[in-house]
Amino acid sequence: MATWPDRAVVARNITRRFDGRPVLDGIDLDIRPGEFVALLGRSGSGKSTLLRILGGFDRSFTGELQVATRRADVFQEPRLLPWSRVLPNVSLGLRGPDVEARALRALDEVGLADRARSWPATLSGGEAQRVALARALVREPDLVLLDEPFGALDALTRLRMQRLLRELCERHRPAVVLVTHDVDEAIHLADRVLVLVDGVLVEETVIERSRLLRRLGVEEPTPTRELEGVLL
Amino acid sequence: MTAILLEDPSGGRRDLGGHRGPPSWARRLSGPVVLLVAWQLVVALHLVDDRYLTSPWSVVQAGQQLLGDGTLQGDLTASLSRVLWGLAFGVTAGVGLALVAGLFRLGEDLVDSTMNLLRAVPVIALLPLIIVWVGIGEEAKILLISIGAAFPVYLNTFAAIRNVDEKLVETARAFGLGRLGVIRRVVLPGALAGFLVGFRWAMGAAWVLLVFAEQVNANRGIGYLITQAQAWNRTDIIILGLAVYGLLGLASDGVVRLLERRLLSWRRGLIAR
Repeated sequence: MATWPDRAVVARNITRRFDGRPVLDGIDLDIRPGEFVALLGRSGSGKSTLLRILGGFDRSFTGELQVATRRADVFQEPRLLPWSRVLPNVSLGLRGPDVEARALRALDEVGLADRARSWPATLSGGEAQRVALARALVREPDLVLLDEPFGALDALTRLRMQRLLRELCERHRPAVVLVTHDVDEAIHLADRVLVLVDGVLVEETVIERSRLLRRLGVEEPTPTRELEGVLL
Repeated sequence: MTAILLEDPSGGRRDLGGHRGPPSWARRLSGPVVLLVAWQLVVALHLVDDRYLTSPWSVVQAGQQLLGDGTLQGDLTASLSRVLWGLAFGVTAGVGLALVAGLFRLGEDLVDSTMNLLRAVPVIALLPLIIVWVGIGEEAKILLISIGAAFPVYLNTFAAIRNVDEKLVETARAFGLGRLGVIRRVVLPGALAGFLVGFRWAMGAAWVLLVFAEQVNANRGIGYLITQAQAWNRTDIIILGLAVYGLLGLASDGVVRLLERRLLSWRRGLIAR
């Protein structure tokens, strides 16, 4: 197990084929600790495949890959165990002392401490996804992988969730990879936006304004609609 | 300017949920009550010979008499204990085999094909073989019920284990659960609903096989009661026996429904206490 100083992800020449057809073709990627990276692409561009490789779900790839061992996933669907109440869902697989208290604190951070004893079926879509966020953050990960986590939510809930995600990431400073096809969301949240087209990283943009504003602790204005269409 | 014709789309007949009338259980009970009344009328008007059909009232009287001398209690206990032992063995075997087949690839290869082969054999046809193996006593009856109960439990539980959402398994693994943890937190709770379906089938099979087993060779039990009554042409006792079978079937259905409500409360989003 190699240790790279100052890296949460080091990927070199990652290639993944489905039936001989390359879905990812020679991806190089470095992510620093605490950096928020958005991975933009249309459906079929390979962005979800790349995220699955980073998360260890896909092992049929070639290339060099080192990823932080302490990582946590948030999927497109909340993927809560429907037969477990909210609190044991958050503490799923969690080890160490005070598991319950830590899970409760994480729930409190996403504003759902009072739903700890609820069944997942009684939660709204946004609440369920907040529980999924708490389940990821309670592990104090060095790397959080998010696969279009707000894609299934309505527009208003999505805005609220984006703000919550940004607050949580500013507080805990994990490295983040957010897969999305929403350009506004990428620019709004990320320090760096990567664009994936047909399995190749074609563009990399450092979002200076966002980063600087965040450094200053200034609330960022809502992104303008003009930005939409840059990709599509 | 054109005048547009307007109307109240409800036609003035609003449905505000204020229906008055008998409660639903009373309405559902009315069918059986009509049946009982018709039965009593048929007998009272002498439309059928007494030897073929007695009145519901005489069935009740026969029940009181048999309860009074303790016969019915003894037969009921005998029948119930056969079903309970048969279910205990059969459900245990069915669940055990489903776990072996559902959790291990080798287990599936060995068990699943065998079970699918065996289930083509009608269970009742096994009775001659069972009698050769264990005799005609209680063991034969319990074994017959066990075998009949094991199959529905196995088939439904195995299918349920296989149908557990693969994404949830993947998620649990990603969040650090080991093999045992995944089985305990994801696979078993996910398969519980399927198991209960199999359990309900097993109960149905158990009562059917009990009736059959008790008519072959028994000196106690509801089936024995019916067989004896047949010898004495006592249709009232025969109908009483059938009614007891029916009530036992209803009661066991109620047990499963209670189990489902307790164990699957997460489905309806209720908070079980």
